[in-house]
This record gives sequence, C-alpha cells and structure tokens, in this order.
Amino acid sequence: MGEPNHARRLTLIWLIATLIATPLVVVLVGPILPPGHASEQASGHVTDNTVLLGMATPVLLLVVIYLAYAIVYFRQPRGAALEGPPIRGNTRIQTVWLVVTSSLVLVLAVYGTVRLLADNGAGSGSGPKPVAKPPGPKLPVQVIAQQWAFTYRFPTYGGVETPHLELPRGQMIELHVTSLDVIHSFWAIQLGVKADANPQVDNVVFVKPAHLGRFEVRCAELCGIWHGQMFDYGHVVSPAAFRTWIHQQQVQFAPATKQLPPYKTTYLPEPVRRGE
Amino acid sequence: MSLLGRKLLAVGAAVIAVGLLIALYISSWATSFPASVAATPAPRQSGANLTLMTVAAIGPKYSPSHPEWVSYLVRRNGKWVHSTDYSVPAHSLVHVTVYQYDGDSGLRNPFLSQVQGTVGGTETIDGKSVRGIPPEEASHTFAIPELGILVPLPGVPEEAKNQCEFAPCEGAAHRTITFTFRTGGKGRYHWQCFVPCAAGWINGFGGPMQTLGYMDGFIDVT
Repeated sequence: MGEPNHARRLTLIWLIATLIATPLVVVLVGPILPPGHASEQASGHVTDNTVLLGMATPVLLLVVIYLAYAIVYFRQPRGAALEGPPIRGNTRIQTVWLVVTSSLVLVLAVYGTVRLLADNGAGSGSGPKPVAKPPGPKLPVQVIAQQWAFTYRFPTYGGVETPHLELPRGQMIELHVTSLDVIHSFWAIQLGVKADANPQVDNVVFVKPAHLGRFEVRCAELCGIWHGQMFDYGHVVSPAAFRTWIHQQQVQFAPATKQLPPYKTTYLPEPVRRGE
Repeated sequence: MSLLGRKLLAVGAAVIAVGLLIALYISSWATSFPASVAATPAPRQSGANLTLMTVAAIGPKYSPSHPEWVSYLVRRNGKWVHSTDYSVPAHSLVHVTVYQYDGDSGLRNPFLSQVQGTVGGTETIDGKSVRGIPPEEASHTFAIPELGILVPLPGVPEEAKNQCEFAPCEGAAHRTITFTFRTGGKGRYHWQCFVPCAAGWINGFGGPMQTLGYMDGFIDVT
C-alpha cells in the first residue's frame, strides 16, 4: 500500500473544520467580544474583533490540525533516530505560502485603514489634526492627565474642570487628550477609546456614547509608582442629566475655575510659582 | 565527571546563586513598607485625630539613606515617626492636622488648588477657613483620589525667618492646616501629593514622589 496523499487529506480536514468552526466562532464568540456596545466606536471594535477572529480561526486550525496530523502520521518509530530527508525548495508550496500570507497582510492593512477612516479614528488618538472628522456638532472635552489622575475640562461650559467624567448619550464627543507631566494613555474601556496623553500634544479622539451606564477609565501607559491607581469611573447620562451635572460642576468648582489659565489644547508643564 | 559536566554544573550554580540574590533583593524591597500608624481617638469630638508634618528634607535622623528627600511624618504617642501608612476607623470622621514646614513649589494644574471632599469643602490655614489657596502658593497636597479628597497645603513664604532645614522641624516657621473628612467602608486607599515637589528630579516627580514612604502612602480604613 502506497503512501497516502497527505496534502490532500490535510487540506480536506482543514477545510471541513474551517467551514464548521468559523461560523460558530463568529456567531457564538463574536457578540461577547470586548469592549461591548457602549458607544458607536465600541460597537465598531466588536465588529473588527469579530472579523479578525473569523480570519484567524482558519489559520489557527491549520496550525493545530497540521500539528495533530504530524504527531499521528509523521511520528518517528520507537527506538529509531532517523532524520527526515532534506527538502530543498518547493516552488508550489513557497508560492502558495507567499501569496496567502501576503494577501492576508494586505487585506488586514486595507481593512484596518478603511475602518479607521470610516469610523473617524475608531476611538483612537488621531493626533492634533485628525484625517477623518465626523460631521455635525461636537462637544469638546479636554482630558488632562497628570501623575496620577485624569481631570476633564469643558471649554464650552466656561472652561470648568472636573475630577470625573460624565458624557451625554447620543452626542458626538471631541476629546482632546493631553498631559501635564509624563506620558500617560487615556483608556475609556467600555467606550472603546484609547489615546496617548503626551505633554504638549493635543491628541484628538471622537466618540459617540450610545447607551446609558458606567465606563471605566484607566491609564494604559506605565507612568510611575501609582500608575495602577490611576483609574476612575465615568458615566454616560441623558442629555438633560448631563446639563444638570455640568451646571453643578460649574457651581462647585467656580473657585478653581477662576484660577485656571485660559483654555488651550496643551499646557506648558511648568508649575505656577509664587511671584512668577 | 567530564569537563563539560563540571562547566555546566558551575554555570548552573552561578545562575542559581544570582537568581537567589535577585529574589532576595526584590522580596526585601517589596516588603519594606513603613509601619502603619493608627489615628488616635479624638477626645473632645467624635472620630479620630491624625497629625502630620511635611518637611523639605527628612534629615538623617529619620531617613539615613535619603536625608535630603521631601517627606511627610506622622505623630504617634507624642513623637514624630517616619511613616506614610495611616490607619483610620471606618464610617467616622477623621480630623487631620498638618504642620507644614516646606516652601511653595506651585501646582502644575491650578484646578487642584481647590479643597475637595472634606467636611464643608473647606480647610483651615492658620485658623482661617478657606475653600482653596492660590495655586502658586501650594507646597504639597494631601489627596486620596479614590475617596475624592484633595487638600492643598500652602508653603512657608520664602521671606519667613527661621526656615526648617531638615526634620525634626518643631519651632521653625510653618503653616498649620486642619481639615476633616468622613470615611466610608473598610478598604485600603492610596494617598499622594500632586505638587511636583521633588526638588532636583526631572519635572519634580522623581525620588520621593516615586518612592513609597515619602510623599505618598496608604490610608487603611479599618
């Protein structure tokens, strides 16, 4: 009995497994992938994660099935110490390998670029001059990072600064992320927002909260001894509740607001000194 | 044993020895917390008292390894001790007194010059109740971010006579700050200074600002 056609057999097994597993992964695992649907951008991330997982599933299956197949069929006989025959070059395999991997990488690059542009940055920091901007009115909110807390400034509400973040549902938010000292990263996990907070850099992010609820804010850049404590909770509230809240903040922090410099997208990281 | 075997054994022994030394260093560093100091019951009012001191230089008496570092001290049984781990009772008022002996450094974020989270939203500075201080006069802050507490501490003016060089500072020029906050349930919360007060370090945020036991620590609500 001759040697079976391993390539054909492997391909068949992989193909069947892929046809079964990929839809299952997309349908069953996709909906529970992070970060959820708290914002339009977060929903976009779930879609992207599902697409990536769907594309990764056949690759993972190929590796695992080949490994299992090799263990079963290419096992070295007990007691033998033989090396396999040397293989030098196989144009067909090399071509297939190059075409498939190159295609995968190119597809991912195109997909990522399209999604970034279509989703106005997809919740990521897009620098001071974002290429993609959402149309319509936007609520500007400045995120100020400092060791070890985030504070938030609302230029359209008298420049008031607050220690916590509340955002109105259904309103496009234009976050301006910056830092007063070292490098931080603003990560509003459930909103699908992540942006580097660098001193003297205005890093713009767009996000549109979709549902009422709480979201977690964390620093995602190792920034010193209390980096792990640099977290807080923010809330998405109704537009009416937001107006009430921001008015309360304006009253509560009126003394501090008087001390603040005029709103700017970045600030010099020098402390104010007596007499200067 | 062959020469190769002996070499492998020697290399293995050396690796284990170095690994043990590194583990010893890390465990020693990770477990060298300052002793926790409990707030004392307040005799004439409900709650507990916590009495602190801030100094520009901790001095060789309290910190032989870093005598020039800025630091907090706490009073325990009538004596000043070098610790930044404080224990306070749950669901009660904590009356804090800070004797502030350091000069001003100024706040990087003027927003932090307003008192937050204390009873009445105020502090007293040398007996006068205020809701905040000019940001340029800040020397330090006592802040527990998780509890929403932030109290700016004004510095001793540069022109003041009898400035304290290093701790202990009693008798030198100082500001007296008092405030009260209410604790919630049990837990461990970090507290910190927001002023870039670590003189001589990049951006004022190295050394004592990055080392547990000087300008930051824990509040154990028990």
